[in-house]
Amino acid sequence: MPKDVTDVICPFCGTLCDDLIVTVSDDNKTILGVKNACAIGAEKFNHQRLPGRVQRPRMRQADGSYKEITYDEAIDWTANLLVKSRKTLMYGWASTSCQAMSIGHEIAEKVGGIVDNCATVCHGSSLIAIEDVGVPSCTLGEVKNRADRVIFWGCNPAHAHPRHMSRYSIFPRGFFTVKGHKGRKIYCVDCRYTDTAKCADEFIQVQQGYDYELLNAFRTAVRGEALPDFVGGVPKEKIQAMADDLKSARFGIIFFGMGLTHTMGRNHNIDIAINLTRDMNDHTKFAIMAMRGHWNVTGSGQVLGWQYGFPYAVDLSRRDQARHQTGETTSVDLLNRNEVEACFYIATDPGAHFPVDAMISSSRKPTVTVDPHINCTTEISDIHIPVAMVGVEVGGCAYRMDNVPIETRKVVDPPEGMLTDEELLTKINTRVDELLAKGGA
Amino acid sequence: MNTVTLTVKNTPELFLECENVNPDAFAGKKAADIAKLGAFQGKEITTLGDYFTIAGEAGATAADTKIVINGDCTKMKYIGAKMNAGEVIVNSTCDMYTGSWMSGGKLLVKGNVHSFCGLAMKGGEFTIEGNAGNYLGAAYRGDWRGMSGGVLRVKGNAGSDVGTFMIGGEMIIEGDVDIHLGTHMEGGRIIVKGNANRRVGGQVVKGEIYIFGKINVMMPGYKQVGEVSLDVDGTKAKFAEYIGDIGERHPKRKGETVYGKLYMKQ
Amino acid sequence: MSEFIIKNGHVFDPVQGIKGDKKDIAVKDGKIIESVSSGARVINAAGKTVMAGALEIHAHVAGPKVNAGRWYRPEDKHFDSHKKPGMTRIEGGKSIPTVFKTGYEYARMGFTFAMEAAMPPLYARHVHEEIHDTPIIDEAALPVFGNNWFILEYLKNHEVENTAAYIAWVLRQTKGYGIKCVNPGGTEAWAWGLNCLTIHDPVPYFEITPAEIIKGLIEANEYLGLPHSMHLHQNDLGNPGNYKTTIDSLKLAEGMTAKNNFGREQVLHSTHIQFHSYGGTNWGDFESKAKEVMDYVNKQKNLTIDTGNVTLDETTTMTADGPFEHHLHGLNHLKWFNVDVELETAAGIVPFIYDPSNAVFCSQWAVGLEIPLYAKDPMRCFITTDHPNAGPFTRYPRVYSWLMSKKVRDELLNGFKKAAKVIGATTLANIDREITLYELAAMTRAGPAKALGLMKDYGGLKAGMNADIAIYNINPDKFPSTGPEIEKAFANVAYLFKDGKICVEEGKVMDMGHKKTFWVDAKVKENKQVAHDVKEKFLRYYSINENNYSVPESYAPHQHIIAVDATQ
Repeated sequence: MPKDVTDVICPFCGTLCDDLIVTVSDDNKTILGVKNACAIGAEKFNHQRLPGRVQRPRMRQADGSYKEITYDEAIDWTANLLVKSRKTLMYGWASTSCQAMSIGHEIAEKVGGIVDNCATVCHGSSLIAIEDVGVPSCTLGEVKNRADRVIFWGCNPAHAHPRHMSRYSIFPRGFFTVKGHKGRKIYCVDCRYTDTAKCADEFIQVQQGYDYELLNAFRTAVRGEALPDFVGGVPKEKIQAMADDLKSARFGIIFFGMGLTHTMGRNHNIDIAINLTRDMNDHTKFAIMAMRGHWNVTGSGQVLGWQYGFPYAVDLSRRDQARHQTGETTSVDLLNRNEVEACFYIATDPGAHFPVDAMISSSRKPTVTVDPHINCTTEISDIHIPVAMVGVEVGGCAYRMDNVPIETRKVVDPPEGMLTDEELLTKINTRVDELLAKGGA
Repeated sequence: MNTVTLTVKNTPELFLECENVNPDAFAGKKAADIAKLGAFQGKEITTLGDYFTIAGEAGATAADTKIVINGDCTKMKYIGAKMNAGEVIVNSTCDMYTGSWMSGGKLLVKGNVHSFCGLAMKGGEFTIEGNAGNYLGAAYRGDWRGMSGGVLRVKGNAGSDVGTFMIGGEMIIEGDVDIHLGTHMEGGRIIVKGNANRRVGGQVVKGEIYIFGKINVMMPGYKQVGEVSLDVDGTKAKFAEYIGDIGERHPKRKGETVYGKLYMKQ
Repeated sequence: MSEFIIKNGHVFDPVQGIKGDKKDIAVKDGKIIESVSSGARVINAAGKTVMAGALEIHAHVAGPKVNAGRWYRPEDKHFDSHKKPGMTRIEGGKSIPTVFKTGYEYARMGFTFAMEAAMPPLYARHVHEEIHDTPIIDEAALPVFGNNWFILEYLKNHEVENTAAYIAWVLRQTKGYGIKCVNPGGTEAWAWGLNCLTIHDPVPYFEITPAEIIKGLIEANEYLGLPHSMHLHQNDLGNPGNYKTTIDSLKLAEGMTAKNNFGREQVLHSTHIQFHSYGGTNWGDFESKAKEVMDYVNKQKNLTIDTGNVTLDETTTMTADGPFEHHLHGLNHLKWFNVDVELETAAGIVPFIYDPSNAVFCSQWAVGLEIPLYAKDPMRCFITTDHPNAGPFTRYPRVYSWLMSKKVRDELLNGFKKAAKVIGATTLANIDREITLYELAAMTRAGPAKALGLMKDYGGLKAGMNADIAIYNINPDKFPSTGPEIEKAFANVAYLFKDGKICVEEGKVMDMGHKKTFWVDAKVKENKQVAHDVKEKFLRYYSINENNYSVPESYAPHQHIIAVDATQ
């Protein structure tokens, strides 16, 4: 008899929807159906049963082909690499559990790794802004229960976080928001008319690269000071009207995405958006939240936070201190500057996300990639170690975009004999200890 | 003043952390002792002697010590960082953190410097004959206390995020600067003799910025209040005077609001 | 080795009334016993001070806001991240140490237990992940209830039984220890940008006052018979003139008696009372009202307090008192972090520099010292820094030096730039009392253990108790006379025994011990109303499902569960 697993946490984006129902076969081996998930989330579960899934580690041969090796061989090769390398980039972590990260950090501390996560090419600029000016924020349930003004700035949840609008931000009815969508005014600020903009009551088209200036104009307008006629292509009357409307909100929220984090000025765009939010709190209640993308990237920042005090790009290469400097200890900079001599990738796909130059640099270094599937990165790695899918074949803690942790659920067994991230890292850690005890470094 | 001359004999493969290359670490040491000071490439612990030929000996104190560095320092970080006194002359380009957190003495780089140089500088004189990278004289991440004293002069151009969170001291860029100049400034002065790209003086609370050339896009939060004749770093000229950032909070002194000042050479 | 004999130490143990007498302490299999075999390892404690392991009753050491404070302050550890030789991990952070440093530093100072003072139930899993990663010391966490919608709705109608049943449910879901109440009503008001500054300000929409919340939570606590009492962070923290609200709040406990099986006598613990003992009407005429507050506390036997000592450092303030942090940010303009938590609470963070050249900060420092110096019963007054709010917990040795030596504190007081103003606004200069080692043992061991309902096993050195023992390099007959000497001795134990194992020796961590998570499992009668309300609130208002709310067992692999039965 197939059975339903309820309250399943989606393993895709930072929205971490936790109401999925997954139907699995009687023998716990096959996923038969997924309910409540968005198309992307459902596809993640479908990957579990893709034919041709790699089930054992593979090592690249001189001719470029891959040969199957045992987990023990892969672990030994990886441990030797880590012990030998003077400075190793240990990047990824966003698709694994916090428990696995913790073991990874222990290894990094012993071998002199630099631990970085997907924020480095995503919301890292938001984290810098928060380091500089803090952030007034809230949990997603607060938005659902209280928000009557919602601003999407440079983000497109209709595509990137498909259930965000229905679960938290536009449509749900909450305690003080019994009218749901009708009781909220939705703004969308973007340089393009996106599908999210279509859901908004008002769309403000900002000229590309003028977000900082426009936010500065909003801050100026909120203080009742004069504005130039146009800022970033937006007429001053419109800016003033929106500023006045936001002041009349009971509870406002700004959601922002890559449109702010990865356009000119990066962290400064978020910095000034945070400062606008701060100013609004002199008039009413206002919050701001980053639309964190990659599943548990938030969790990586949290674990690095409590273990070392930095949210990403944590340089443990000296082994006796932890350091952090975006622009120096961040993955792309390390690769572009050839500052590391080996790469260990886990639970993400830099090959698909990093700039080409960085990956060219990476491809010239000894590389291990730990990932359930074949991806762009595995194909430039010396070793690909497949592991169980976290949130599908093994549980573990993940943090939602608003930093709420949820223990994810296992719904099916991994393929026979396949290790989880935690098991694999534990074995690598043990092997590293053995090598170090023998005077390996 | 005693002079110690370092000559690069081995270029590091990765980047070398040279936090010990400063007069405070050298003070009271002979060449052989200096050679034993640590130098770091990741987890590999080596010594300055592995990378430099060292000649001469240091004075009894940092103030009596002058360091001259010859050879290629492009891959060396932290030269002159945290120096309190004495003098350092680098006849090369250097990497990150050169002269960061320095509180006194003189540091001269005859080439370029990379990013994060002169971070949170407190005092002394730091001169760069070439170009500087990003975050020159800025605050370290998260800190609201950027450059607070001393004089930082760049003869070439500088990158973006120059003088972020500056609270005191003086910075002169003789060439051009990129975006985000003096962001979050709350004191001190920045003089740019060339052009500034965009986002000049965003979120400034207090402080002064002088631009001799053009600004590509003016911040909406600045408004012109007059015109003044000034002598700025040896140049006498008329400047348009702006106050800003109007969108930012500002302190009051004797009932008057204190704004940041932006001066544009006419 | 599981047997030890600690010989010839000067023992200070308020549980047994031992005041520095030379006495041997025998340890076997994690417990203190009457005597051990001749094979026991001998620890020579001659010329040293022996106390039970200290218990921290109120600190922010694990959880979402603590961690936000860590990672959004890279500048707090940029030059303060290092690894000591040995088995320890990298230790980072001045005002908010990493979990590793937190565990090691408490242990090095002789602590064996710390209470995380504010756990948002929705974030309980985060709190427990950090507790899990904090080495050596035992920990527990207090979930916050003072602004929780269930509580506000139940107590509006004075439904104590439902309140208690809901609290019992939350304690089990979150592996929580007791009832924390922060700025009752004020934090819910903050969700609309408002606050409750007196105990009679109505909470928007919910039509209840802070006074009703405080009283109701005390009643629910005693209904359940929890080991700890209601733990209160009062309204109007940190403002001139707030001592009246403080005393008004404390008066709510009059006539109530503790009902529990743990030997606890108080019904209300009022935390970081330093921040609540201010007179004056503004920062100009600000003055100490520690005497007035302590006169009241001394009279009322059913109260305990902790101090919240300002240490005059750069630190990071963090509290579930969201509106206060917003207010503080308006004063110092440093980076402001806020998070409002659906249906439950909020939290704010702002870095803060208690600059010793500022008269107000120095006066706060003086108020913090006056409180314990005015305390008549050291078993009811505990030393804290409300870490990291008034200062980092790593400054306890310095706080002890000020309390134990009039000379040390007067030197600092008289050396302040604004000494005259500080002396005028406070009464510290007139106080001669010096806290003794015996009193310190009460204020940091026996007292907090009793207030937390742990006196059976912790806070003393009586046979049968848990072998958590701190041995300091302090000879009571030649008590160190300078501040730095006192600090050094309290910062680095000669030995720390945790569960009968040596975890620290001469300030060096030797063993990670067997860290435990304490929580309270309260059994109540089946309550259909509460079960229904929980289901309803999760369906309609929470952003996560009820089945994903609880803290899994694996987050607390070594649990110390304290059971209470409130079904009778």
